[in-house]
Amino acid sequence: MSNYVELFNLTKTYRTPKGPAVIVKDFNLNIQKGEFITLIGHSGCGKSTVLSMLAGLNDITEGGIVLAGRELAGAGPDRGVVFQSPSLLPWLTAYENVMLGVDQVFYSANSDERREIVEYYLTVVGLADSMHKRPAELSQGMRQRVGIARAFALKPKMLLLDEPFGMLDSLTRYELQQVLIELWRKNKITALMVTHDVDEALFLSDRIVCMTDGPAAEVGDIVSVNFPRPRERKAVMEHPDYYPLREHLIEFLEVHAHRRQPKN
Amino acid sequence: MPYLELNNVTKHFGGAPVLKDVNLAVEQGEFVAIVGFSGAGKSTLINLIAGLLHPDAGTVKLNGKVITEPGPDRGIVFQNYSLLPWLTVFENILLAVDTVNPGWSKTQKEEHVLKYIAMVNLTPARDKKPGELSGGMRQRVSVARALAMNPQILLLDEPLSALDALTRATLQDEISRIWLEDKKTVLLITNDPDEGIYLADRIIPLTAGPEATLGESLKVEIPRPRDRKGINHDPHFKALRREVVETMLASKKDRHASVTRKLVLPDIEPEDLSAPPRPGWRKSPIRRREIKEESVEVSK
Repeated sequence: MSNYVELFNLTKTYRTPKGPAVIVKDFNLNIQKGEFITLIGHSGCGKSTVLSMLAGLNDITEGGIVLAGRELAGAGPDRGVVFQSPSLLPWLTAYENVMLGVDQVFYSANSDERREIVEYYLTVVGLADSMHKRPAELSQGMRQRVGIARAFALKPKMLLLDEPFGMLDSLTRYELQQVLIELWRKNKITALMVTHDVDEALFLSDRIVCMTDGPAAEVGDIVSVNFPRPRERKAVMEHPDYYPLREHLIEFLEVHAHRRQPKN
Repeated sequence: MPYLELNNVTKHFGGAPVLKDVNLAVEQGEFVAIVGFSGAGKSTLINLIAGLLHPDAGTVKLNGKVITEPGPDRGIVFQNYSLLPWLTVFENILLAVDTVNPGWSKTQKEEHVLKYIAMVNLTPARDKKPGELSGGMRQRVSVARALAMNPQILLLDEPLSALDALTRATLQDEISRIWLEDKKTVLLITNDPDEGIYLADRIIPLTAGPEATLGESLKVEIPRPRDRKGINHDPHFKALRREVVETMLASKKDRHASVTRKLVLPDIEPEDLSAPPRPGWRKSPIRRREIKEESVEVSK
């Protein structure tokens, strides 16, 4: 099977007064269509840099990215992004926030169809009764639900999730992971998520890519996660491979944390 | 007789009670964790024990005496650190020590402060102000300040929730080490089941609010000192973890009324915006099939 997404020798360098700082170096990864990939690593290791290059929000220094047979240049609605903070427009309601993008990519559809799309996604993320509220009236968890609906509603070729649940408490995080995985399963969208939560990575992914610590971060290890789908949290946590994999990932993170101890 | 005792405590701020019929008994030297969702009433519970709030019904007793006001016998660590920004690390802690032990000599106070600064590994930063410290370091100051007052009970109100995963793990290890050193009575409030299991002797779920109440307490029988990696092999850890997560998620689900709604999702393809539309060229979107209808379970 050919690769749907290819990242080849992806490198990111920033110019600094002390000379160039290499954040990501020769990052290679191939993703199949419909796969759910997680990038795991410490804060500041460069995982978000990889994701933002894929999103087209950050220039690529060297190497390149091919998505569905086309080399990427710049941002576009074919990649839906869910950010750590929901980044909603505060003066628009949840419905209007989602409609903003839907109006663009479905400009040829009629207005009923566009309304149906927005209502569908806001309902399945659990906001049926709150879709006409503004972000300030919504809890942090609900705002992030809007963020997820907004990304899926555009029917992107690829979904990019940058620590989407990092700001939520662990229990709300569990609920939203369930919402995300169900939507993902129905839509079969190729997804790349960045996180440092080991349990989140195990529950959602087909493959987990461990990144070494920056500077010059690269792929350290790739772990296949073969829990049967559709996944349910209880069954996943009872799976005999769950805790061995969890330990393996925690150990990877610990080893790379110790390589770069804080100075104090 | 339990050391800290809550009897049928109810608290409301107008409207439905936030907490209802809360019963809790903590023995001296015990480390108890209460796990609950955001907004469940965890902080209300801590504030009642701290004496910052008064229950509408029921009693809160520490060491047999009803709590009526805040006092130095209860040390609190808040999520937002609550340090005085114009004072250094040393001065922030000295302020607390000074207030609790006004009769001590200057050297005695200073030695006491330095001991606790060393305990949380902040000696190199003792003369820095909170603004110059990272979140994790600020929280260490807050922990040192609470411990330096030598309280009878330590109340930790989501102390690590604002920190990233790695810093959180480091501070959990430190709290665990410090607790093993002087075995204070500790009540930890957290939203992270793993944190509760890793640190506590007993873990108690707080059901989702309103009318939140404490569920059945679960004993954590994992030998100390605990090893973050090693406990992945412990069958008791796995079972406990599953039980806590399940209980919490189920308590929230009970609050949801499930309604089935019929939704329509048009099965159309998005337009390619990188190619500008040519006038007169395809006016309707690519439709793969006719509209599909789907029934979705919606939680209210």
